Amino acid sequence: MTTQHTAPVGAAPRTTAAPPAARRPVRLTSRLTAFLGKGLVQALLVVVALVWLVPTFGLFVSSLRPSTDNATTGWWTALAHPGGLGFSNYSSILADSGITHAFWNTVLISVPTTMAVVVLASLAGYAFAWLEFPGRDVIFLLVVAMLVVPVQIGLLPVAKLFGALGIFGSLTGVILFHVAYGLPFAIFLLRNYFADIPREMLEAARMDGGSEWLIFRRLILPVAKPAIASLSIFQFLWVWNDMLVALIFADSGSQPLTVALQSQMRQFGSNIDVLAPGAFLSLVVPLIVFFAFQRHFVQGVMAGSVK
Amino acid sequence: MSVMNHRSRPGGAARGARTARQRSVRRRKINAVVFALPALLLLGALVGYPIVFAVVRSLFDASGEHFAGLDNYTEMFGDPATLKAIRNTAIWIAVAPALLTGLGLMLAVLTEKIRWATAFKVLIFMPMAISFLAAGITFRLVYEQDPQRGVLNAVAVGAHDAFTDASPYPGARTRGSQVLEAQKGGGYRTARPVRPGDSLTLGLVGLKPTALPATAAQAKTASAAAGAVTGTVFLDFVPGGGGRPDAVDARERGLPQMTVELVRDQQVVGHAATGPDGTFRFDAVPDGSYTVRLPAANFAEPYGGVSWLGPALITPAIIGAYLWIWTGFAMVLIGAGLSSLPREVLEAARIDGAGEWQIFRRITVPLLGPVMTVVFVTLLINVMKVFDLVYIIAPGPVQQDANVLALQMWLVSFGGGNNQGLGSAIGVVLLLLVVPVMVLNIRRFRRSQT
Repeated sequence: MTTQHTAPVGAAPRTTAAPPAARRPVRLTSRLTAFLGKGLVQALLVVVALVWLVPTFGLFVSSLRPSTDNATTGWWTALAHPGGLGFSNYSSILADSGITHAFWNTVLISVPTTMAVVVLASLAGYAFAWLEFPGRDVIFLLVVAMLVVPVQIGLLPVAKLFGALGIFGSLTGVILFHVAYGLPFAIFLLRNYFADIPREMLEAARMDGGSEWLIFRRLILPVAKPAIASLSIFQFLWVWNDMLVALIFADSGSQPLTVALQSQMRQFGSNIDVLAPGAFLSLVVPLIVFFAFQRHFVQGVMAGSVK
Repeated sequence: MSVMNHRSRPGGAARGARTARQRSVRRRKINAVVFALPALLLLGALVGYPIVFAVVRSLFDASGEHFAGLDNYTEMFGDPATLKAIRNTAIWIAVAPALLTGLGLMLAVLTEKIRWATAFKVLIFMPMAISFLAAGITFRLVYEQDPQRGVLNAVAVGAHDAFTDASPYPGARTRGSQVLEAQKGGGYRTARPVRPGDSLTLGLVGLKPTALPATAAQAKTASAAAGAVTGTVFLDFVPGGGGRPDAVDARERGLPQMTVELVRDQQVVGHAATGPDGTFRFDAVPDGSYTVRLPAANFAEPYGGVSWLGPALITPAIIGAYLWIWTGFAMVLIGAGLSSLPREVLEAARIDGAGEWQIFRRITVPLLGPVMTVVFVTLLINVMKVFDLVYIIAPGPVQQDANVLALQMWLVSFGGGNNQGLGSAIGVVLLLLVVPVMVLNIRRFRRSQT
């Protein structure tokens, strides 16, 4: 709006010759259309916002209703008498050891994966940015090429490999797969970030006799904190939300929440009292992370737009 | 730096410095190996090797024992399920990225001038953080067929019923008598020609007495009158039994609000509605032969909403859920591009009298080209790999109708198909689809390095 206002003001000197009486109605109508246009835009955006809000809101309300209510009436009918809503569905799924176990598996998969990706990728990123070794540039181009390799290509061969190694179905297998497919983007992101660190800073540290390890820990990592934060959040959410990889590489003991819940989808309709609170349980952590680290998350997504 | 050191020092010291430098270079090389090796080993074993393995495996049959050449690839186009998956993936690729980029551009431009833009952007972007599983469950609820439970159909039915009256007598039918016969396209008409002065008794059954409107009263035989067609439409059923077919008996009620049409030579010449006792009347009917009919609208089933999760609409429905998730991404990226546009150019255009639309078309969109390309390409890659959302939203019986390549790959190799040859071939095709983007990324990277 501010920009629209500045235009007539900026244009005013040119039309000073026109009598004020003639100018007024023009400005009034243009103002009116601007006002109406803005109102229209606002109304449209409110509708869009509602469309975006209603699905999640509906899921949340459904998760608070008894299953008999969900089977017969829509969640919106509960808004008329919210007294019937309660957290009993949550307490019953939290009492279900299968669900809580799966929830812990999700944590046990996503946290180590994120840590491993950050550690391995920052080490490799440093090597690609500042250390010389034979074939460095060619290998890095391969890493760039791997950015868009779909996980689908790896599912079958890695399943066989893990079967031979005896880690198929274990948490380790799921984590290893996630780490491997998270690495190309992580290395790419961090290598580029490290490469922007001024050469003089590094040379000075080397002259002072600092070992590469020391330089990496004391100089590089602190400087790259924002990039590492974005990467961690991005990677964490990516793995937390995964279903496909775990569907294949996890067994009933190591399956995360997403896999535990998808197995309930066949009876959809009769078990909304499990699925709705389960889905909310699975999305509450990402939402907290999202709201707590919004800026980092958005930056991570923006940087990740090559993936 | 070290070269200068070497020159400034005489004799033995120089040699010492050189070996020290060589040592440090060697140490750095060892360091490089230590730093990069863990990641590279993992990448080689779990990304590089599988690609080679998959390509080779795709050339062998299901059992993996016999070389099959390109049979798996030709089978993809012969197997109806895989063909369906290819078609659907093509629909996804053609529709979703373009729609999302357009939607993102629209919202980015519209939110520019709104005070609560940040809150709006956060809300729209939020679904990016949640899993496809949670989004899938959310949208299964939204798309639920029963308008009593699915919010989208509740809205659809509400909108539909606001414009069209609900039909009063769904399911009513004749007794199979000689008076009324079913007509093509629903509804009933008199079997024999009708003349002015006739009085008709049109009995229907198939309705629960409780389903009748509260106004329904004891049916009455309409009195015949010269120059008029009269009659009674009633529920030809006496609770508890008894009663004659096609005649109005005691305790049989009329069917009020029924639309009745008088037809001559295929032309509707009169409309009437029945009263509480079921009687209707067409006055001043010229002599001739007529048909009286009860149009289909009287008997239509209530509108049940749209079958979002049915075979016809399942793919558009899932794409809808996908839009809900990814619009925020497109909007935020394009919005960032928008805020970095040179303000002076836009201001100059405004001062020169360009309209907002012209500015948008001629300046904003071309300047946003590169950002929009990045958004489009990113979405393109993601759309090719879409799996979870289809897997979760499509109910079992229509999964085949919603099938996409990534899902078919899973179904064929893990979900019961157990044909790893075909599965590998689909995986290779998915990889080939992203090769152009791979090349683009490498080119872009190399350009940024020079």
